[in-house]
Amino acid sequence: MSTLDPVAVFRTEAAECLEAIETGLLDLTHQLDNRDLVDAVFRGLHTLKGSGAMFGFEALAAFTHHCETAFDRVRKGEVAATSELVAAVLAAQDHMRALVDQPDADHGDTGHKLLAQLQAAVGAKAAAPATVAAPVREASTKKTRNSWRIRFSLPANSMANGTNPLGLLDELRDLGECTVRADTSAIPPLDGLTPTELYISWDVTLMSEQDRSAIDDVFIFVLDDMELSVEEIDGTVAATAAPAETMPVPAAAASAPPPPVPAAAVPEFRPVEAVPVKREAPAASQAKAAENVRVPAERLDELMDRVGELVIAQSRLSQLASASTDIALRSVSEEIERLSGELRDTMMVLRMVPVATLFSRFRRLVHDLARETGKVIELVTEGESTEVDKTVIERLADPLVHLVRNSIDHGLEVPADRLAAGKAKAGTVTLSARQAGGEVIISIKDDGRGINRERVRAKAESSGLIHPGQPLSDPELLQLIFAPGFSTAAAITNLSGRGVGMDVVKKTVEELRGAIDIVSVPGQGSEVSLRIPLTLAIIDGLLVRVGTGRYVIPLSAVEECLELSLEEDLRSRGRSFISLRDSLVPFLRLRDLFRTGTKPDVHQKVVVISTGTERVGLVVDQIIGDHQTVIKSMSKLHNDVATFSGATILGDGSVALILDVGHLVAAGQQQEAQLRVAG
Amino acid sequence: MSANILTVDDSASIRLTTKVTLTNAGYSVTEAVNGAEGLIAAKGSSFDLIVTDLNMPVMDGLTMIEELRKLPAQAGVPIIFLTTESDADLKARAKAAGATGWLTKPFDPENLVKIVKKVLGR
Repeated sequence: MSTLDPVAVFRTEAAECLEAIETGLLDLTHQLDNRDLVDAVFRGLHTLKGSGAMFGFEALAAFTHHCETAFDRVRKGEVAATSELVAAVLAAQDHMRALVDQPDADHGDTGHKLLAQLQAAVGAKAAAPATVAAPVREASTKKTRNSWRIRFSLPANSMANGTNPLGLLDELRDLGECTVRADTSAIPPLDGLTPTELYISWDVTLMSEQDRSAIDDVFIFVLDDMELSVEEIDGTVAATAAPAETMPVPAAAASAPPPPVPAAAVPEFRPVEAVPVKREAPAASQAKAAENVRVPAERLDELMDRVGELVIAQSRLSQLASASTDIALRSVSEEIERLSGELRDTMMVLRMVPVATLFSRFRRLVHDLARETGKVIELVTEGESTEVDKTVIERLADPLVHLVRNSIDHGLEVPADRLAAGKAKAGTVTLSARQAGGEVIISIKDDGRGINRERVRAKAESSGLIHPGQPLSDPELLQLIFAPGFSTAAAITNLSGRGVGMDVVKKTVEELRGAIDIVSVPGQGSEVSLRIPLTLAIIDGLLVRVGTGRYVIPLSAVEECLELSLEEDLRSRGRSFISLRDSLVPFLRLRDLFRTGTKPDVHQKVVVISTGTERVGLVVDQIIGDHQTVIKSMSKLHNDVATFSGATILGDGSVALILDVGHLVAAGQQQEAQLRVAG
Repeated sequence: MSANILTVDDSASIRLTTKVTLTNAGYSVTEAVNGAEGLIAAKGSSFDLIVTDLNMPVMDGLTMIEELRKLPAQAGVPIIFLTTESDADLKARAKAAGATGWLTKPFDPENLVKIVKKVLGR
């Protein structure tokens, strides 16, 4: 499920919309009678208003409404498009841009001035207040049980228009007990019957606690054309509507517009050139628009799949060619290897989007949180142009929201406390992104009070996560906050406790094959860093062999490879620990895990993998080497197999499973814990 | 009870909101960016419901509804028309063209689901 933020999409769209409006207006100054341009500008304004109102940009919607109304009148031929109208809307358009960028700033004065200019241009007396709020239905508090007799017949063609009388009857049944009787007397003989028409009318007795308006609600879409009578059963006729009038009457202003005012009559006439508008902008933006093509994400996914298959086919070809003595074949194979490699790299870049799209939504969040908490917060974003795979960005959105909330709710102090601690009144939250090798590091830093170790320890002890007084290193202590259900908030506030905990954040990050680190200095603040792979589709893997099967270990998790000497192998039997530079590392014998029947190799190898702080060794028969892996997800049937995160196809066409590092490390740790308990 | 819904709107943000709302409610959603694309999409597969905006480039919602209703295969497919508060007379025209119901913009996602359920007869 996409978690793309509609507000962020709206901002992008609003910018495009405004550019289109500006281009349209500028073109219109040269051809005032061009209907297509008028329509285009109207549509732009209309979309901006509609979407603006939907996403909480009320000021923008209300302001744009006036410009839209003006252009609607031009469209309907009620007023002429004049250069001063165009000028007024051009100026207004800059104001709209400001309303999109800073919806909460006070733009009142500028707005009024621009509107006066606009009204003068269309010759209207005063601006009618924009009504952008949805109509509110009056709530009924009546809870008495009524009996109704409802008789209705629908227009003969209503089924063709998608009205389903059975649906209407179902809705009536939802209101209470119903007795439905169909009146079929109007059905004509077979030769006169049109199968798509409706000849039946209904007589319904309804016992309901709902009032009359609930019944009208059922018929709201058909009320105009149908015959409907609703009577209270005790004999009083509640209402008879046939046909009812529910459509709002068009506003008087719209039905009786003032005549167009000739340009000369407008006193505030201003030559177009005097309006401060960037003339270069539209041309530049047009050029920019042509350079960018919007492609649905699923098409990119399809392309990615194809490239993946190509890479697999290519590695099969390489394998065949290397076994062949045909020079021509080998040279073609090398050529294709190069091309497919380049194609793969280009493909990866296509899916990348700047994290700016992710960061931009936090301005509003921080703004709202500042208001809720009474804290003064400054949001700093860094490295917004860093690019990350689109799917990664989407999946990171919720965890980041949680982390930012945490920073603000738990981390930052209220202004009084900050001043008392000798800090600036305003707390700073820094969101930053940077690329490091094949990973992107996204960090959320605050200059608040830092994580309170005593409280974390007390909480962990009280909830049984650790033994009282159990010695823990600082990183281990901080890792505790990722335990499920762990929260240091003394009281669950409005901000925290929304169902997303740090455990969910950690899980999401690990699902992305990433890692999470926390640094926190008491009194100085905390920094949470998420290390995320650049892409999910292709990884560098270490190809290993266990028995006759081949497996891929993600290279980013591999720390080192060692030989498991025969004596060490024998010595470690039953203990499953190897000593690695004075520290004991638990290990898992993949042969046992996969129940491999064949004899182990004489020189078994240990691949040490890690997830940040935890390390586990994996015993394999042979390390084959580096392998660039196109990840294929496994079938639904195999989704529950936690040991593997996916599959890939090797050069010879056989399948290798990709090991899930997080799961294996957890399994190793568990094994270690069991052995400790067993003594 | 997953119904296939076609949503036609030139605004990406409205499309996104509609899509998210309806997919969360368990429907599968196909998107089109204007009436002409909507028409092509509707001809290409069968939808249980169409939700359309009015003002769109290339082909507006009203024309699309009229064109759809000319197609025998589209008879009986409910069409919900998204209007803004100023489109009162358009609501009547949309009805005449063959729209089943309407929703006033800006719409409340909950309301959209309610109306979709109503029109689909759940």
